[in-house]
Amino acid sequence: MRWLASPRTGGLFALVAVIAALPLALSNNYFYEVAILVGLNAIVCVGLNLLIGYAGQISLGHAGFFGLGAYGSAILSARFGWPPLAALAVATAGVALLAYVIGRPILRLRGHYLAMATLGMGVIVSIVTATEDRWTGGPDGMPVPPLRLPGATLSGEGPWYAVVGFLVVAAVWLSLNLIESPTGRALRALSGSEIAAEVSGIDSARQKVLVFVISAVFASVAGSLTAHYSGFITPSKATFLHSIEFVTMVVFGGMASTYGAVVGAAVLTTLPQLLTVFKDYEMIALGSIMMGTMIFMPKGLVPSIGGLVGAAAAARARKAVR
Amino acid sequence: MSLLRTEDLCKAFGGLRAVDNLSFAISPGQVYSIIGPNGAGKTTLLNLLTGIYIPSGGRIFLDDAELTGRAPHEFAQAGVARTFQNLQMFFNMSALENVMVGRYGGERCSLATALLHTPALARAERACREEAAELMRFVGLAAWMDSDADALPYGALKRLEIARALATQPRLLLLDEPAAGLNPSEIRGIDELIGKLASRGHTIVLVEHNMRLVMGVSDQVLVLDYGRKLAEGPAEEVRRDPRVIEAYLGSPVAKVH
Repeated sequence: MRWLASPRTGGLFALVAVIAALPLALSNNYFYEVAILVGLNAIVCVGLNLLIGYAGQISLGHAGFFGLGAYGSAILSARFGWPPLAALAVATAGVALLAYVIGRPILRLRGHYLAMATLGMGVIVSIVTATEDRWTGGPDGMPVPPLRLPGATLSGEGPWYAVVGFLVVAAVWLSLNLIESPTGRALRALSGSEIAAEVSGIDSARQKVLVFVISAVFASVAGSLTAHYSGFITPSKATFLHSIEFVTMVVFGGMASTYGAVVGAAVLTTLPQLLTVFKDYEMIALGSIMMGTMIFMPKGLVPSIGGLVGAAAAARARKAVR
Repeated sequence: MSLLRTEDLCKAFGGLRAVDNLSFAISPGQVYSIIGPNGAGKTTLLNLLTGIYIPSGGRIFLDDAELTGRAPHEFAQAGVARTFQNLQMFFNMSALENVMVGRYGGERCSLATALLHTPALARAERACREEAAELMRFVGLAAWMDSDADALPYGALKRLEIARALATQPRLLLLDEPAAGLNPSEIRGIDELIGKLASRGHTIVLVEHNMRLVMGVSDQVLVLDYGRKLAEGPAEEVRRDPRVIEAYLGSPVAKVH
C-alpha cells in the first residue's frame, strides 16, 4: 500500500481518477468549458510552480509566454496556413529560445528586481500583441483555426476535455519526476540557500535558466491550446493582470506543491463562476475568500490541509501506542 | 607536493585590505588551522578559497590547476567543500535530502532522464539515499534520519552541514567555526568528529576560535592579523611565538589551557 501514499504514484492515481470521473458531473457544455479552462490554467501553474514554488524565483510575466504561445500558434496557422500542430510546436520552440535568451541576464537579479524585470518582459509582450494589428488583429484580437490532429479535427467539448485532461496528468507527472531527481533537489536547494547550493557544486545560474525555460514552455503550450480551443485570441491573455492570476493560483494552492498548483488553478478558475450568484458583490466575495484562505492557511490550500491530515494521523498513531 | 597553494592572495574592500599578500600551502592529509582575532580576514580567506569572493590579486591552485576567478560551483567540482560560520542549510528539505544535495556533482543527470524518471535514475537515487544515510550515521545524526532540516537543533545542524560537505567527496574540507555557539560537550563531539575525519585522511582547513580545539587537532597553524600572515607552523611552535601571543592570545600563555 506504500505506493498509494507516495505523490508520484498514489497522488497521480487520484488525479487520473478525478479527471476520469468528472464528466459524470459535467451535465452541459458550459461545465465542460470551465473544466477545460481549469486544465489549461493548471498546466501553466504546474510549470510556474517549478519556478516560483520550488526554485524560489518569481515571475510576474508568465502571461507573456502564454500570450506568445497563443499568438505564435494563431499567426502561423491563420496567416501562414501552417498545420496547427506544427504551429504549436514551432511557437513552443520559439518561446523556449526566447526564455533562454532573456533568462540568462534577468535571472541574475533577485527578489523585487527579478519581479520588476519579468514584469517588464510581460508588459512588452502585452503591448506588442495589442499594437501590431497587422499580425495580431490589435485589441480586437484574431480568429484561430481549430486544432487538427493526425486523422481528425479536434472539436467539441468531450474530445477537448480528454486531450487537456491527458496533458494535465502528463504535466503533473513530469513535474513530480523532475522534483524527485537530482535536478529537482538542485532547484529546491536554490530556494533554500543559493550560496550553499553553489558550494555543493550546483551551477545556480544554469539551473535557474533551465527551470525558467521549462516553466515558459508549459505556459506557451497551454497558451497555444487555449487559442486553438476557444478559436479566438485577444491581447487580454497576455496582460500583466493575467500573469498575476497565474501567480495567485500557485500561491493560493500552495507553493512547492505540484498538486497545490492544480488545486489553485481549479479553485480560482471555478470560484468566479460560482460567485456570480453574488452579482455586484462577486469581486468582494472572491477577495474575501482569498484573503481568508491566505490568513488561515498561509502555506496555501494543499500544504496546509496536508499538514492538518498529517498531524491528525500522527496524533492517532500516538494514541494507538498508548 | 601541496594540495592547495595560494600566491600573494589579496582581497580589498574599498581601502580595506581584508586579505593582504597571503601565500601558503597545505599538504594532503593535514589539518590546517587558521586563527586570528576578529576581523583578521579568516572568513574572507575561506570565501576566496571557495570562489565566493574573486581575489583582487594573487592566485589559487589546487594540485597545480589554477582556480583563480572560478565560480563557487567550479571550486566544489574541483574538490573544495565547506561549511559556514552562520549555517547555510536548505530548510525547505529533509535532513537526509540536505546531504543528498551534496551528491549532486556525482549524480546529476540529463533533463530528459530527470523528467522521465528512468529506472536507471531510480536505482541511482536509491544508492544516493543510502550513501547520504551512511554519512548521517558517520557524523552521528542517525536519530534525525527522517526529520525535516528545520526540526534539527543547532548542534545537529552543524554536523549536518559537515555531512553535506562530505557528500561532495571533497579533496579539501573547509570548516568555518564548526564549534561556534556549541556547549562544551557538543564541542567535544565536534573535536572527535574532526579527529575521525583526519584519521580517515581528509585534508581539513579549520577556522576556529576555540583554542583548545585548534591546538588539539591541528598539524599546522596559520595566524592572521589584519589580513597578513603573522606566523605559520606546527601548533606547539605557533603557541610559543611571542608575536602571536601579543596579537591574539593575550599575555599569559596559561590562558590557552
